[in-house]
Amino acid sequence: MDVTGLSLTTITLFLPMLGLAILMFMNGETQRENLKWVAFATSLVTFVASVLMWVNFDPSTAELQMVQRNTWAEVSLGDSVINISYFVGVDGISMLLVLLTTFIMPIAILGSFGSHIFAERGREKLYYIFLMLLEWAMIGVFVVHDLIIFYVFWEVTLVPMYFLIGIWGSEERIYAAVKFFLYTMAGSILMLIAILYVGNTAGTFSTYSAGGDVGVIEMVHTHEGAGTYWDAAEADAEDDAGFLFTSVESFLFLGFLVAFAIKVPIFPFHSWLPDAHVQAPTAGSVILAGVLLKMGTYGIVRFNLNLFPEATVAWAPTIAFLGVVGIIYGAWVSYAQSNVKKLVAYSSVSHLGFVVLGIFALNAQGLQGATLQMVNHGISTGGLFLIVGMLYERWHTKEMADYGGIWKVMPVFGGISLVISLSSMGLPGLNGFIGEFTILLGSLGSDFLGFAFTLFGTLGVILAAVYLLKMFQHVFMGELKKPLKDEDGYKLRWHEIAAYIPILIMIFWMGIQPIVFFNMLDISVDSIAALFVR
Amino acid sequence: MFESPTIAEFLAQSNLASTLPATLLVAWTLLLVLVDLFAGDEREHWTPLMACLGLGASFIANLFVYAPATDQQTALYGMFIADAFTGFLNIVILVATLLAILMSWDYLKRAGIHRGEYYILTLLSSAGAMFMVAANDLIVVFVALELLSIPLYILAAFRSIKNDGSELALKSEESGMKYFILGAFSSAFLVFGAALVYGATGTTNIPQILEIVSAVVGATSSATFYMVVGTALLIVGLGFKVAVVPFHMWTPDVYEGAPTPVTALMSVTAKVGGFAALLRVLVTALSALALAEGEAAAWQTTVSIIAVLTLVLGNFVAISQRNLKRMLAYSSIAHAGYIMVALAAAGTAGAADSAIQGALVYILAYMFTNLGAFAVVMTIERVDGGGGNIDDITGLARSRPLLAMAMTIFMLSLTGIPLTAGFVGKFMVFAAAVQAGLFGLAIIGVLTSVVSAFYYMRVVVNMYLRDSNGELVPALETIYVRWAINIALAGTLIFGIFYPLASNLVSMVSIA
Repeated sequence: MDVTGLSLTTITLFLPMLGLAILMFMNGETQRENLKWVAFATSLVTFVASVLMWVNFDPSTAELQMVQRNTWAEVSLGDSVINISYFVGVDGISMLLVLLTTFIMPIAILGSFGSHIFAERGREKLYYIFLMLLEWAMIGVFVVHDLIIFYVFWEVTLVPMYFLIGIWGSEERIYAAVKFFLYTMAGSILMLIAILYVGNTAGTFSTYSAGGDVGVIEMVHTHEGAGTYWDAAEADAEDDAGFLFTSVESFLFLGFLVAFAIKVPIFPFHSWLPDAHVQAPTAGSVILAGVLLKMGTYGIVRFNLNLFPEATVAWAPTIAFLGVVGIIYGAWVSYAQSNVKKLVAYSSVSHLGFVVLGIFALNAQGLQGATLQMVNHGISTGGLFLIVGMLYERWHTKEMADYGGIWKVMPVFGGISLVISLSSMGLPGLNGFIGEFTILLGSLGSDFLGFAFTLFGTLGVILAAVYLLKMFQHVFMGELKKPLKDEDGYKLRWHEIAAYIPILIMIFWMGIQPIVFFNMLDISVDSIAALFVR
Repeated sequence: MFESPTIAEFLAQSNLASTLPATLLVAWTLLLVLVDLFAGDEREHWTPLMACLGLGASFIANLFVYAPATDQQTALYGMFIADAFTGFLNIVILVATLLAILMSWDYLKRAGIHRGEYYILTLLSSAGAMFMVAANDLIVVFVALELLSIPLYILAAFRSIKNDGSELALKSEESGMKYFILGAFSSAFLVFGAALVYGATGTTNIPQILEIVSAVVGATSSATFYMVVGTALLIVGLGFKVAVVPFHMWTPDVYEGAPTPVTALMSVTAKVGGFAALLRVLVTALSALALAEGEAAAWQTTVSIIAVLTLVLGNFVAISQRNLKRMLAYSSIAHAGYIMVALAAAGTAGAADSAIQGALVYILAYMFTNLGAFAVVMTIERVDGGGGNIDDITGLARSRPLLAMAMTIFMLSLTGIPLTAGFVGKFMVFAAAVQAGLFGLAIIGVLTSVVSAFYYMRVVVNMYLRDSNGELVPALETIYVRWAINIALAGTLIFGIFYPLASNLVSMVSIA
């Protein structure tokens, strides 16, 4: 396998940078109308490239595909030399999330066409530059298999998001942006220490093996002799209560987990999320919900499970418990909101609780469901944020009490919103159902979780119906409370329709023919689940 | 008892060629005194121009002398050492001085204090720093330290030459005076420490101390006592220079009062010199100073404690600063803390090389970033001293988009966000700390950088996220300042994005 040649993954990864470079050289004033088209075209081309990757993707192997690995730097630490390499490639999980990223991005850009934020704050050029930078970094997170480069991409996503919230957000934007930045940085920087320890112990930062070099994951899985790869002394990892609080592996696990848990966010690390979501501009919210949160759950699957299997087993009930708490708590708080954007934001906490539950079921169904649910949540919650954004553009309020009767004046929009809401609450036949059902199935069959986890998880599905129907009822049904002065406002604009069509297609496609997506994941997920077979 | 050496012996022992970068700069500076004297007022731009040429000449000499990076030779009868460590730090010092001079011309003109002596003093101080990074003997450390410091005392007070009784002139005078008194005070510690080490080992030569120290420590309790106290005093003396807690008290006042280009210069060269000496003395000479067999060096705990205090105090106090120069002063204290983390890591034998390399990369990153940040602050400062507060940069992104972008990148680099040089430095320092097993120190280090994100981001918040109330920030920048900012920006980004560049540059460095 030629690992140093240019791979399709690299091309997909760097296409947004091409768009960024073009935008840099455009004049923000005289070519203002063209900026959004350049960004949109770039994101479309990136999407096409990722679809090409999918066409080339072979779902019958768990190996990384479309791999490229070049040595980037050699750090000499004492007598050992540690490689840092540019190492990209995709397996089923990465492939699906790359597709999600490139799919959400054009939609988010369409969602900001003609937005009021440019009339108020201007700086369109900077806006699209940050979106391109963000897309690059997000794809990077999903395709990179070198811990240091992963960390680089991971941290870089902070900067554009910080500016997107801070410059183009609503009233409390500065507070929200700073909170977002500090909160997520505090988590991820501990991961840096864990990463350095891993690299120092293993002698490489590559997680997978490629081109003859053995990666950390293989070293961990092929470890022989007493104890685990990380602690030789802790011979009996599984039953030793001290393992949780004294072993190196457990600390490393937590070092990674805190970074990911804040990003997901897992209860009780969620407090940045409502602020960031509510204050962010529409495109920011869509990307935040659609992709950025998935970086956390992806990280758990990719790194925590693969690198620290024993600690994963030891911590699984605790984290899954937090996941279930998140499901119930998120739904509960969501129901109590009067601000529609906040309602959708807290629904993310609840939905990602499902993902966490599915991951820590530690079996094939749970992991498959979790991965699929990441995509589902990205599509339906992204859609919900688009709806909220459209409402705000017209009525300039986020309070549910100000709305009502919108279905009467905007029937098509009402219908679309109903489908997206139903998808988010998990109606059978639509995409949300598939993910949640598979997760619950997985948690029921899990060797590590009890029946109660499934029971309370199921409760979350019902609660989701409660708060989403409440939202739908308040906003779309009843009498029209605030008619718009200009009747034209009721019409859907072309770019709004264009943003919803792909979302609707995916909602139905994934709901009716999920096998297409399960096939992509099957082998990759099995290879992870195989670590946890008792 | 001394036989007079033959000329050939003298030349061989002197090995003047390898001292060329530093000696050339001194000679050039002396020449510059004459040039400045005879050039006259209408040709006053000759002096800064010639100063830049001198830096260039020294830079070229440095490239020739240190071309084979693994080569290590001593000069001046073993008192001067020319190795990769020296060569690398020479470049840092030269670039820093160049940037400071580019910043100065316009500033001095604006403030009405332009004098040719300014550049001469600047070059002398930098030459002192270059001798300091090459010091192979405690005596040379002391002499070079004085050569580095004395011009800086004068420069700090440079604004008071226009004796108009203004608050600025007073502050500058206070700054110079304070710096001088505390500097002299700390030199005394340094000399006394050197004397005690000499008393215990019978030599002031750094490699010779290394050979003797382990024998001395075990031999008698009094010798051990002298060594430990001497080491402590050396740390105190140099700690003043690099401004680590608890020897940092002078920093904010001096940094605030001194003319901004001088602040920028001394925040880099004085620290480079101080840390180079600390590394040479502690890592080379005293690495074997272990109180028990197989332990890490005895000074490791002390240095770790200093590092923690510095990181915590520097970062937390910076939060409450409204004046940008004071904020950068506390931030420079905090950054000294990160370099101290590397120094502590160097106390563990296996991690010494990576720790030193980490420290060097950190210094390089800090040099570009910090000078850039000071250059931006300088452009928005007004002649009367106003305009240096954090509120004064509100809305800078609208009035001066490029300046604001540069400042943002400097702030991100100081925070240690990837794709900037600051991250590469932090990464290497923490990697060394982890390798040395100093996990607690590494964790405190990363957590305090989250704290630092708070005040660095506040600058960005003010520039981008808040809109000024109509009044645009007056930014005065000439072509020279713009070049200084551009060079700093390029350095920050290039070393940040092309990570191997920095690590390759220092990969040959080994002084342990």
